[in-house]
Amino acid sequence: MSDQVQSKLLKRMSTIKHKILVLSGKGGVGKSTVSTQLAFSLALSRKDIRVGILDVDICGPSIPKMLGIDKNEVFTCTEGWVPVKVKLSGDDDDNRLCCMSIGFLLQSEDDAVVWRGPKKHSMIQQFLEDTYWGDLDALIIDTPPGTSDEHITLAEILKESKPDGAIIVTTPQGVSLADVRKEINFCNKLGIPVLGVVENMSGFACPCCNEITNIFSSGGGRKLAEQFNIDFLGQIPIDPQLASCEDEGKNFLQSFPESASAKELENITNKIKKRITLL
Amino acid sequence: MSDAPVDANSTCVGPKSEQAGKASSCEGCPSQLLCASGEGRKEDPAVNQIKDAMRIVKHKFLVLSGKGGVGKSTFSSQLALALSLNDKIISKARQGQAAMDEDEDEDMNVTQVGVLDIDLCGPSIPRMFGLESQQLHQSNLGWSPAYYKDNLAVVSIGFMLPNADDPVIWRGPKKNGLIKQFLRDVYWGDSLDYLVIDTPPGTSDEHITVVQYLREADLDGAIVITTPQDVSCADVRRELSFCKKVNIPVIGVVENMSGFVCPNCKNETKIFKPSKSGGGEKLAEQFGVPFLGRIPLDPRVMNACENGKSIIEEMPDSPASQALLEIVQKVKNQTNHLHQNKTF
Repeated sequence: MSDQVQSKLLKRMSTIKHKILVLSGKGGVGKSTVSTQLAFSLALSRKDIRVGILDVDICGPSIPKMLGIDKNEVFTCTEGWVPVKVKLSGDDDDNRLCCMSIGFLLQSEDDAVVWRGPKKHSMIQQFLEDTYWGDLDALIIDTPPGTSDEHITLAEILKESKPDGAIIVTTPQGVSLADVRKEINFCNKLGIPVLGVVENMSGFACPCCNEITNIFSSGGGRKLAEQFNIDFLGQIPIDPQLASCEDEGKNFLQSFPESASAKELENITNKIKKRITLL
Repeated sequence: MSDAPVDANSTCVGPKSEQAGKASSCEGCPSQLLCASGEGRKEDPAVNQIKDAMRIVKHKFLVLSGKGGVGKSTFSSQLALALSLNDKIISKARQGQAAMDEDEDEDMNVTQVGVLDIDLCGPSIPRMFGLESQQLHQSNLGWSPAYYKDNLAVVSIGFMLPNADDPVIWRGPKKNGLIKQFLRDVYWGDSLDYLVIDTPPGTSDEHITVVQYLREADLDGAIVITTPQDVSCADVRRELSFCKKVNIPVIGVVENMSGFVCPNCKNETKIFKPSKSGGGEKLAEQFGVPFLGRIPLDPRVMNACENGKSIIEEMPDSPASQALLEIVQKVKNQTNHLHQNKTF
């Protein structure tokens, strides 16, 4: 990276107070869900907090759909790309939650982004360099599964501007935990602090008889956190309502504030806020 | 057909053309010098080497999905296990019965199956077969796979890591190198009837590389996995566009985690509801590709998978096993059909 690029990046990142990565070795464990819900939850927790979400999953961007803004486009101003705003219901200021994703740059939602590493690298660099976030309290960066190009790029680019750390998402299954162990070692190797582990899809309460079944077994996340001596942030149960809210792009926390999943999400958010001293 | 890159201008002659870098339309193109050097006309020798190495394999398919965690590895391993079972077990299982031990017939035709895991950053296949502690060995014939049983061979990067928790922090080119070696240097035996290739999520290096190398080597096609959710279907739509773009046939779409049957009250809940899009079946219809079937969520199945057991063998009465049997049959029919078309 040239010095010019580096200084531009540092300047861009200097208006963002906290930078949080959401990582997982395995796919489909709920990284994007945790990212969006955490962003919502942070923004809803206080009226003067501004949150951004950056989706660096170049080949499978899901964030726009989950936020219900998948039909939007990105505009440019003299300062750079303007991220797409998300309106929170009951909020007059519509400038408190915004998002940047490659999904906004595609012609059709069926378009496959068939790119090798170097092209993904430049796209991510451009996202970080050219997006005009303005002043943000927190930027949540959602990543694809694995420990490859996207992750190495992020770690390299953000090294100077010091991210607060990474939230690791897992399901309780053995297969997922094995991949997540790799991800934690990745963080250690690259010097990214781990903020904690979230266990997603923890158990399913049958809506008919309320019997709780641990479809993907249970408790694995807590054990993992103990093993690596990192914080365990919480367990989010499987909730069909959460899944359908995402499909429809509705705000789950505002639609079902009383559900067990929403409560647990709030809990997790509070722990993270304490951890990064955003109070 | 021109091999011009998709983002080139419309008059691009393509890097393989004799005119590459010299045509009038090349003026001002950033790749002009590279094209003029003739590098683009050089064939990668590995393409032909892999074609040779793959001659012993009758059917090869990719298991793809745009989204992670939808069950690619689970499906790949269960498909391979099902393909490796003999006809007697299969026909018993069709009636929902487990086969007896004395049913084993020594001189029956044995189907040779191989599984290749090209998910290099998150290999789950060793675990799915209960082979975590195995290693790949090198002989003068090539790399020899780990064997789940006599007629089921498995290759994964998981067998090459000194420590299971070690992350593989590799950028694309290094991944491509290893995939090339897997395709070229593994000694699968004298012949294989089926090779199932499990992939990571997405449409990036691993996928481009494997398709590039296998295009010349008679790839049967891809099986695309999705869950019923809209979010997953959106990613899978991209995967189907990818297949179209790189011109590989789609054997069909499988919808996994279709519903959950509560073990207590037997009431079925659609955890991952298809809301607008109608799930996998609708998706297959839209893209004009076959829909192979739905596999419901079943905690027992999950257990069997994590312990490296074939669900068809272990619990033939489960709805998931019956669904899988149907799908395997369809895959077999499809690929045989494809093969007949090819030979004439």
